[in-house]
Amino acid sequence: MLRYALVRGALLIAGLLVSSVLIFLTLRVFPGDVAQLIAGTQASPAEVDALRESLGLNRPLLTQYTDWIGGIVRGDLGTSLLSGASVGEELFLKAQVTVPLGIMALLIAILIAVPFGILAALLRGRRGGTALSVGAQTLAAVPVVWAGMMLIVVFSVWLGWLPPQGFPRTGWSTPGRAIEALLLPALTIGIVEGAMLMRFVRSATLQAAGQDFVRTAAAKGLTRTRALIQHGIPAVGLSIITVLGLQVAGIIVGSVVIEQLFTLPGIGRMLVADVGTRDLIKVQSELLVLTGFVLVIGFLVDLLHRAIDPRQREAA
Amino acid sequence: MTPRWLSRLWATATGRFGLIVVAVIAVTALVSSFWTPFDPQSSNIGDRWLPPSWPHLLGTDDTGRDILSLIMAGARTAVFVSVGAGVVATVIGISLAALGALTARWVRETVAVLVDILIAFPVLLIAMMISSVWGGSLWVVIWAVGIGFGVNIARVTRPELRRVQQSDFVLAARASGLTPRQSLTRHLLPNVAPVFIVQLSWSMAVAVLAEAGLSYLGFGASVVEPSWGILLADLQRYIGVHPLSVIWPGLTITITVLALNLLGDGLREATDPTLRHRAAELHTPAVVA
Repeated sequence: MLRYALVRGALLIAGLLVSSVLIFLTLRVFPGDVAQLIAGTQASPAEVDALRESLGLNRPLLTQYTDWIGGIVRGDLGTSLLSGASVGEELFLKAQVTVPLGIMALLIAILIAVPFGILAALLRGRRGGTALSVGAQTLAAVPVVWAGMMLIVVFSVWLGWLPPQGFPRTGWSTPGRAIEALLLPALTIGIVEGAMLMRFVRSATLQAAGQDFVRTAAAKGLTRTRALIQHGIPAVGLSIITVLGLQVAGIIVGSVVIEQLFTLPGIGRMLVADVGTRDLIKVQSELLVLTGFVLVIGFLVDLLHRAIDPRQREAA
Repeated sequence: MTPRWLSRLWATATGRFGLIVVAVIAVTALVSSFWTPFDPQSSNIGDRWLPPSWPHLLGTDDTGRDILSLIMAGARTAVFVSVGAGVVATVIGISLAALGALTARWVRETVAVLVDILIAFPVLLIAMMISSVWGGSLWVVIWAVGIGFGVNIARVTRPELRRVQQSDFVLAARASGLTPRQSLTRHLLPNVAPVFIVQLSWSMAVAVLAEAGLSYLGFGASVVEPSWGILLADLQRYIGVHPLSVIWPGLTITITVLALNLLGDGLREATDPTLRHRAAELHTPAVVA
């Protein structure tokens, strides 16, 4: 286990390094002059040059990179090129919207996927099972932003139950209103992600149903369904954990679009705005934080999987 | 590629649905380049917010543009982006798979680790990375989906390529004097083609979704280009007053994506009989918008 954790940890570090280099190089080497953009079209070449100098964009690439990474290792995510504000502080502030949104979305996705996925597998070949599979297949093809719009139409415009957009200025000091504001966005991401996860749960359940231990349990007198629920489902749970990393990535991506639709002041909306204004330092730090998060989740999921799956332990 | 896989594909309901819808979209894209019921960009304030009726079958928007014509023209963008992304994904995927399967051991393993790392990058983040330097355009979508799915294709194709390369008939071919290059084109690529084409179909579905999502965010099509994502963004502003018009572009995207996904599923069953009874694995990689 320790050996595995070390090897997997080394891969995580390598992943973080490769990501940081890729993000950095893409943002620097590709054409497009940030200084020119910030200075505007009216600025003289001398002014643009001076700005470039003061932003530190004239220094050798390697120095810029090591400065950035050095800062991050010390917990300093840099400052905005435009406003001079600390990126870390803003990220922390926006995370108070995005993290609860993500957790709610993940819970909703699991609550949808697990019961319906198992049901779809149990009813395979029957009309109900086919309907569930077709429903999941269709929902997985829905663009997240449109799903959000349809939920706004139903729950805000028609029923008037939930606010269509926005987040209370008072934030989490009014928890009821904050949760109310996050409910529709979380439901949107949760439904679409849940539909994808449901297909996975279904096939994992079917796979489990074909396993020898389920057949043995059925042979010694349990009904097929009971055998599957008692002995097959734990195996399903295990394989759901392996796609959790993928789900987290999906939720992060979903939140970028959904925060825009629901005008939520979260990390996704911040990233979209910063890409629009080409605030390089902010964009590169935000991208690294997001991809780093996905990589760390992947790492933890692998360790967890290893720790609880006895077959994996023995294989080592 | 013999017609046999095509007839097998046609034999399943899902494969048939996929084929028909994809064909309809392709024909619509073609037709819309010289004919749509109305000019999709011409506004007519007198006709704004007409409900679905003759001659505006899906109604009109806030400036009186015909929604059906806008959707038909948007098909062009969807086809352009999905084919473009497919080409990029093919080139990147096959090159990475070949590098990861057929080269010296250290190159092979480095590529494998690199692919494992790159796969964690969600397509949307790649797109934002590119558009923060290039600004938004359809090329951003094409490159982002192409890179994202290229890596994915490489990951799935690489072990397959390796398996085929170590099989006896390839060894026999090599022994009988085939150069590595001849064996690549004659034996290796044709044998991994099924795995690869299925992936390609799925990546085109992702491209359609990504185009809509990224154009909605302002990183894809420009506001004057016909695009389903732009149309969604346009209609969303009036969702409180005219909630129903937003249904049409969304429904179009959903059906297109569903068809491409089902086509991929059908192709997999049609080309690889051993998969027919195996439970489907999760195929969607880092999800998009």
